[in-house]
Amino acid sequence: MEENRVMHNYKVLIIGGSAGSLEVLMELLPQLTIIPSFAIVLVLHRKTAEDSTLEELISHKSKITVREVEDKTPLQPGFIYVAPSDYHLLFEANDILSLDTSEKINYSRPSIDVSFESAAEVYGSSLAAILLSGANADGTEGLLAIKKAGGNIVVQMPETAQMPFMPNNAVINTDPHHVLDVNGILEFILNLNK
Amino acid sequence: MINDRELEVLINEVFEYHGFDFSGYSRASLKRRVDRLYQMDGFKNLGEMLSRVRTEPDYFKRMIEEITVNVTEMFRDPLFYKVLREEIVPVLATKPFIRLWHAGCASGEEVYSMAIVLQEANLLHKSLIYATDINPQVLNTAKRGIFPLQMMKQYSENYRISGGKKDFSDYYTANYGFAKFSSDLSAKMVYSEHSLVSDGSFNEFDLILCRNVLIYFDKELQERAFTLFDNSLAKLGYLALGTKETLKFSSLQKRYKQLNKDKIWKKTE
Repeated sequence: MEENRVMHNYKVLIIGGSAGSLEVLMELLPQLTIIPSFAIVLVLHRKTAEDSTLEELISHKSKITVREVEDKTPLQPGFIYVAPSDYHLLFEANDILSLDTSEKINYSRPSIDVSFESAAEVYGSSLAAILLSGANADGTEGLLAIKKAGGNIVVQMPETAQMPFMPNNAVINTDPHHVLDVNGILEFILNLNK
Repeated sequence: MINDRELEVLINEVFEYHGFDFSGYSRASLKRRVDRLYQMDGFKNLGEMLSRVRTEPDYFKRMIEEITVNVTEMFRDPLFYKVLREEIVPVLATKPFIRLWHAGCASGEEVYSMAIVLQEANLLHKSLIYATDINPQVLNTAKRGIFPLQMMKQYSENYRISGGKKDFSDYYTANYGFAKFSSDLSAKMVYSEHSLVSDGSFNEFDLILCRNVLIYFDKELQERAFTLFDNSLAKLGYLALGTKETLKFSSLQKRYKQLNKDKIWKKTE
């Protein structure tokens, strides 16, 4: 899939994960220094409302600045954005993030499918997506939408995931461009900069 | 799935036939809501949907109900209510008469929460809570003050976290799976239909609450709503928004001072 890297000019990397995904991010994030040409958006299933500890944890581990996501926050390259708990995170045209408190999807709010599908509509082929470890089916539909819109989809190798159900479901149903272990995912992200 | 162009056609038709203006709604969320309805009701093309929207008033009602998001709960974001109790209510207490406006109140759970907070501060007798929404159905639920009993466990936990000291069940009577809230609370509420899209200011308030409503508006419509609130707030009045909403991107923010990191702004001029 080398041609992808040449042809695509990625504006957004969106990463979805559930149980077991935080450990992967804690390994990946400290190794990223700058992302000048794109933004990273993290959509993770989280337990409690009003919990800002996830942002703090990610901020602490990452050299890249984490921007708090509020409604209508502009999405800019060079920053990490984390979907807040108890809201669905959506993408508006003109690089603006918006939020939605409508019903849970796949028992989740934020739902990975919702954000992936919304990002696919706005960013099409300038979108790359990674689905990490998790124990539910969220993310698969979203990956399909991204693939259909011309984006690049990556799934964590189920054998390397703490909770293989979510990545496995995606591998079976989406025929992803890449199925990678954590090192492979790191390399993939570093290559997006080029 | 409908496409972007079809969504705009629907928005225009709804306005033309029913005078209901969705043009300032955030497209990402609106499109999801419309798509969801389109799939739920098994339409094969937009024409089918448009025809029902145009000719069947009951279907239009259904559409408004399904497209607008009416998710709410009592003492939603309990820590917000804790701040209200500790920082805002004591200031309101100094006034001879307290006027509040809950804009976009949906089925009223937060209106009852506010009334409970005021009653516990012994201020409800001199308060009046105006509560408005564009959706008449949800206002009817709010007026009745009857909510599913199964929610009370969570609400009473929210209430406790918000700093409530009483037994939450003192505020309602349980019957046939429903909890009916005391009419002492609803006596100080005035419900009415009001649209943040097209209606104007109707009174002056000491506190305006509009929580998780503006997230469905685009920036332009948000600015309209903020201006409306600004025109409806007394000097030194408060504006309270949802936990992820902000006045930060509005031109009006310079006239307001945010309370610490909480989503409450004080009008300073």
